[in-house]
Amino acid sequence: MTRPTPETLAHTARRARSGTGAAGDSDSAARPGRAAPAAATTETPVREPATAQVSGAGSLVRSLEALGVDVVFGIPGGAILPAYDPLYDSTVRHILVRHEQGAGHAATGYAQATGRVGVCIATSGPGATNLVTPIADAYMDSVPMVAITGQVARPSIGTDAFQEADIQGITLPITKHNFLVQTADEIPRVLAEAFHLAATGRPGPVLFDIPKDVLQAPATFSWPPALDLPGYRPTLHPHGKQIREAARLMTNARRPVLYVGGGVLKAGATEGLRKLAEQTGIPVVTTLMALGAFPDSHRQHLGMPGMHGTVAAVYGLQKADLIVALGARFDDRVTGKLDSFAPDATVVHADIDPAEIGKNRHADVPIVGDARHVIDELIAAVTAEQAAHPSVDLTDWWAQLDDLRERYPLGFEEPADGTLSPQYVIKRLGEIAGPDAIYVAGVGQHQMWASQFISYEKPHTWLNSGGLGTMGYAVPAAMGAKVGKPDTTVWAVDGDGCFQMTNQELATCALEGIPVKVAVINNGNLGMVRQWQTLFYGERYSNTELGTHKHRIPDFVKLAEALGCVGLRCENAADVDKTIEAAMAINDAPVVIDFVVGKDAMVWPMVAAGTSNDEIMFARGVRPAFDEDEL
Amino acid sequence: MTMHTLSVLVENKPGVLARVSGLFSRRGFNIDSLAVGETENPDVSRITIVVNAESSPLEQVTKQLNKLVNVLKIVELDPQVSVARELLLVKVRADRTARAQVLETVGLFRARVVDVAPDTLTIEATGTPDKLDALLRDLEPFGIKEMVQSGTVAIGRGSRAITAGPALRAA
Repeated sequence: MTRPTPETLAHTARRARSGTGAAGDSDSAARPGRAAPAAATTETPVREPATAQVSGAGSLVRSLEALGVDVVFGIPGGAILPAYDPLYDSTVRHILVRHEQGAGHAATGYAQATGRVGVCIATSGPGATNLVTPIADAYMDSVPMVAITGQVARPSIGTDAFQEADIQGITLPITKHNFLVQTADEIPRVLAEAFHLAATGRPGPVLFDIPKDVLQAPATFSWPPALDLPGYRPTLHPHGKQIREAARLMTNARRPVLYVGGGVLKAGATEGLRKLAEQTGIPVVTTLMALGAFPDSHRQHLGMPGMHGTVAAVYGLQKADLIVALGARFDDRVTGKLDSFAPDATVVHADIDPAEIGKNRHADVPIVGDARHVIDELIAAVTAEQAAHPSVDLTDWWAQLDDLRERYPLGFEEPADGTLSPQYVIKRLGEIAGPDAIYVAGVGQHQMWASQFISYEKPHTWLNSGGLGTMGYAVPAAMGAKVGKPDTTVWAVDGDGCFQMTNQELATCALEGIPVKVAVINNGNLGMVRQWQTLFYGERYSNTELGTHKHRIPDFVKLAEALGCVGLRCENAADVDKTIEAAMAINDAPVVIDFVVGKDAMVWPMVAAGTSNDEIMFARGVRPAFDEDEL
Repeated sequence: MTMHTLSVLVENKPGVLARVSGLFSRRGFNIDSLAVGETENPDVSRITIVVNAESSPLEQVTKQLNKLVNVLKIVELDPQVSVARELLLVKVRADRTARAQVLETVGLFRARVVDVAPDTLTIEATGTPDKLDALLRDLEPFGIKEMVQSGTVAIGRGSRAITAGPALRAA
């Protein structure tokens, strides 16, 4: 079987095209050089703008090039078709996915892995509505993404035309902003605004809906455009007084905790975070969205807080007298029952989005700003405080936390029925693939185990759907991550339920030369739902068995092979290492490993939904013993 | 729960009202009154929203409104230092026997008659919501055939303009 590689496929196809028909290059002299990315366009002085007469579609593709876009994920269709003609000659690589949802999550995975704006393209109507889930997903996790959708021609809008959907109306509550482009001349400006909005402030998805007749209309392409966003002024620099107050609290608290969220990763503030943590000696917890922001192996890292967090992290927050939240949003999965969350804590809440501050938990010291600036200024302010007076000794606090860590470490029991343990598989995967690999999870038990049993040492090595909890995220997001970081090993850790939602993108990976690796943690069930049925519904397993064990439908090895991937299977602990190593050795094709694991393993610790973090269970029926007087 | 009057300055673009009103409905707020119109700057529209709400959820909605890219500025108008007016058009039954009494009421409230038919008068009145309520109570015995009321528009007292802030220079 011949396997396409990145070199043999898309790239050679483009070389062949530009070598024969030079249509795309004939007017290249008139093209502007690559402009600075969207984030910098506001500062770019408008010199003599380069202009050219093109179609709306040509203007769109040139704008993408000028914005520095190297790859887009999409599927053509009627309304967006004009854009695909200039795209054929463009330096922008278009990756033809198999479902628009795959394009959306791929754009998210690309953005999460690289920090750049991810771009997806779909046609009007069903193409656009298929993007709704990934757009909502990107909105919940603040991922910079631009979704370009075709729309029916302007005279047909509102007539229930073929493949018409009001995607601007549909995505109003799930986008940072959205545009319906009105004229061809405004394309460069509006697209630059879309990229600027997506990437700056609190990042998020922006929809760019463009009618077919606007794509076909003659247009003047002019670059760089002047952005016109008078109502958009994100606050980047925090207020000095608030920073000083936070630093004063941090050096005087007896039981402080740094509660770190995804905003720290997005701001590129991980170096500063480490400095701040080490300078103050304050324990750190990182949320599901922030894994990798602070090394898991660091002595000051208590782990992840929340529903399936470590006992030390959950209790650290619960008993804290000071919580310093950095780019985190007091999500219900972290706080548990809100009115019993961290009852004794003074809260310093720093976020770039003022609407997050005080939304769920009152902030005693609100700080609006970019996490990087906030942390840098906190370091300076803490240094000043420490010079003025000695900080409170945290020895007692650390002794309590260390005791909890020692007594209640993350762990799992080998299944009594002799089946393969899913946690063991994931643990070994992390150990063999190492901290340089990128891990992309779906949603459910395997996601939680991947967050617990893989050690994240570096930023942007853990990608998952945190806020929306989108099953089916892993395969397309891994594809996007691998495109963005082609030299990095990318592992999707997926469940058998999740995998069946979006595995068609493996065909895209095989054809486009995107060698991702997929570990299907196949327990034959919708595992997390089954866990809840075990715990809360009297072991009545209504509609959670998938048949991937009992009937081996589908057979994931055969499915992988049918999709142009290498399919491997592993059913016992003795084969785990060599199967992973076999997958690691294949770099010219996507690999899928069907890990057939036991169905009864559960995710622990657990704070049941709607209960207080005080009710955390270390294992089924095991509540941690705490010396309440001590804490 | 108290009444709050918000003046929201927005870019005069299609779809902005839907973004603003959508935010209120998604968070379970019932808008009591809404009025939109252009301002002295044709690129800027002013939305006046009256909403009955607790202060803390309203603060969250205000913060969310501020995040809308097309929203330029939000000011909550204090009823003590602002002027709020509504417009009312009401068609009242007024045959020969009742007409004089209706006209007397119109005069008392400094309203105006804008249309006359053999058996009805159409009356225009502006004022605070309280004054218009009082007028309607007085007209009710004659028989109200039809009425239409605008949303509240409101403006701060004194020489300072809310449009004068730095937010609007860019617009």
